[in-house]
Amino acid sequence: MLSFIVRRLAVAIPTLLILVVLSFILMYAAPGGPFNSERPLPPEVLANIEAKYGLDQPFWKQIVNYVVSVVTQFDFGPSFQYKDRTVNDVIAQGFPVTLTYGFWSFVVAVTIGVSLGVAAAIKQNTWIDYFAVGVSIGAQVLPNFVMAPILLLVFTLWLGWLPGGGWNGGQWQFLIMPVIALSTSYMASIARITRSSMLEVLNTNFIRTAQAKGLPMRRVIWRHAMKPTILPVLSYLGPAFVGMITGSVIIDVFFSTGGIGQFFVNSAFNRDYSVIMGITILVGTLTILFNLVVDILYAWIDPKIRY
Amino acid sequence: MSLLEIEDLMVTFTTADGDVHAVNGVSFNIDKGETLAIVGESGSGKSQTAFAAMGLLAKNGRASGVARFDGKDLLSMSQREFNKIRSKDMAMIFQDPMTSLNPYLRVSDQMAEVLMLHNGVSKKAAITEAVRMLDAVRIPDARARVTMYPHEFSGGMRQRIMIAMSLLCEPRLLIADEPTTALDVTVQAQIMQLLGDIRKDFGTAVILITHDLGVVAGFCDRTLVMYGGQVMEEGSTDDIFARPTHPYTSGLLKAVPRLDKDEGELVTISGEPPDMSNLPQGCPFSPRCPVQLDRCSTQRPALETFGDRRRACHLPINEVT
Repeated sequence: MLSFIVRRLAVAIPTLLILVVLSFILMYAAPGGPFNSERPLPPEVLANIEAKYGLDQPFWKQIVNYVVSVVTQFDFGPSFQYKDRTVNDVIAQGFPVTLTYGFWSFVVAVTIGVSLGVAAAIKQNTWIDYFAVGVSIGAQVLPNFVMAPILLLVFTLWLGWLPGGGWNGGQWQFLIMPVIALSTSYMASIARITRSSMLEVLNTNFIRTAQAKGLPMRRVIWRHAMKPTILPVLSYLGPAFVGMITGSVIIDVFFSTGGIGQFFVNSAFNRDYSVIMGITILVGTLTILFNLVVDILYAWIDPKIRY
Repeated sequence: MSLLEIEDLMVTFTTADGDVHAVNGVSFNIDKGETLAIVGESGSGKSQTAFAAMGLLAKNGRASGVARFDGKDLLSMSQREFNKIRSKDMAMIFQDPMTSLNPYLRVSDQMAEVLMLHNGVSKKAAITEAVRMLDAVRIPDARARVTMYPHEFSGGMRQRIMIAMSLLCEPRLLIADEPTTALDVTVQAQIMQLLGDIRKDFGTAVILITHDLGVVAGFCDRTLVMYGGQVMEEGSTDDIFARPTHPYTSGLLKAVPRLDKDEGELVTISGEPPDMSNLPQGCPFSPRCPVQLDRCSTQRPALETFGDRRRACHLPINEVT
């Protein structure tokens, strides 16, 4: 197991390198630059600025310098847009915010999604099942950019219960709407996967054996059916967790939470190369990490899997 | 009083294409320590009869008629009441040992929970008992292997584990639903041998459900032949093999390949098994019967008792060959 983890982490390094190089090439190839504004700068000034950030150097030298400083000093360079701030500063400011509401969204989506899915499967073709399926379809067709304004309209404008935006150190009032908006569609997917997986498991021979042993239904479900049910859910959760932590642009825009998603989008508009690169690498690392976690959990649940 | 009494049992499944009548008025008894074979081809309703008795019918199935275990009515039991006798008094083992054990749990856990549930013993005592039972079904090195997972055992070994697990509470009745069908021939013989020994050692009554007449001979006291969800005939195994009184049984017996005689081509019963959602009005076997009479296709023959045998056929006994 340990050697598997080490091997997987070793493979992650070239993967990340490829990610860095590809993103770098894409941005290099895109027309325009961070200092092209509506009013063009005088050529001498532009040349000076570009020299300062090293943009005058040949492509291969830029990329080598970048990779070296990332690898050796964990330094993602200065932001091109926010004066006097490094990429590390930007991530340090935005990432904890995103991580907080991403984590809670994950917890909410998994708890409600799995519960709904299990309940629906056990009570298949009853009102509980129809209710759970209805809720998850409803949640699925409401993307977060629709959810967010509806929430704002209801809870801020009409009822006035919750603040319409901001972060305030992550107090619960400020957390509720971002978490609901972000978790809903994930919750729906998790509920659907759990339901169909549980239904499949309940039809297997070993569940029939468990029933023939005289075990109460509760024990059959929790002890015998839960592990195999959760496996397909788990493979969805890896990418979903990364998605919740990173794909939060909409949340940041609607609720002014100041998470990393906002910086990511702004940096793309502003050609803030170093911020784009920094966040891309962060997301890439998280993706690799969570896929690894999922694989480890798989081996832990399924005794047939040995690495 | 018989251990298990089944009277006029019907099992019907509701499907999108209409009702499927899997079992149509089956009756039989089994006494303490007795062995009964239920023989028939796939879809003859033999497994569903057993599932109905265990309360394990699929959700869309329902049973009617009478099924009594030790005098207690099974068909009116709630799942909670069923759980008190399942495995404790009446256990079942299944056709496919490869998928009948939970692949995610250790054998020790799967066996121990039966004893912990029914006898209220500690986990430690339950595992000790499980090891003893695995020894009894001749799993080599049971003490060390009890903590393994099912996939670490061969098919034959898994069926032994299933048998050991079903016997933990020393049930009075063991229903074995095609226990050897998924196993290769040498292992089949070992498992049948094992079941025979267990029957002697524990005095367990056994219902052996099978389509393989070869495993019935020499194991079961009595044989019940089913077709189309109905009983075709019943009698002592030796009698039935020596002197079948139903054209279906004699067809089955003729279809058993013999190794001691060179008979050339395999004998078969021509035609197809019946469509259980649309059974013939008369005898279910009539469309395939080589000696059918006029009324066979319109009038269902009653199950008549004569001596210690029962049969459902219009043809006079002495005309069956």
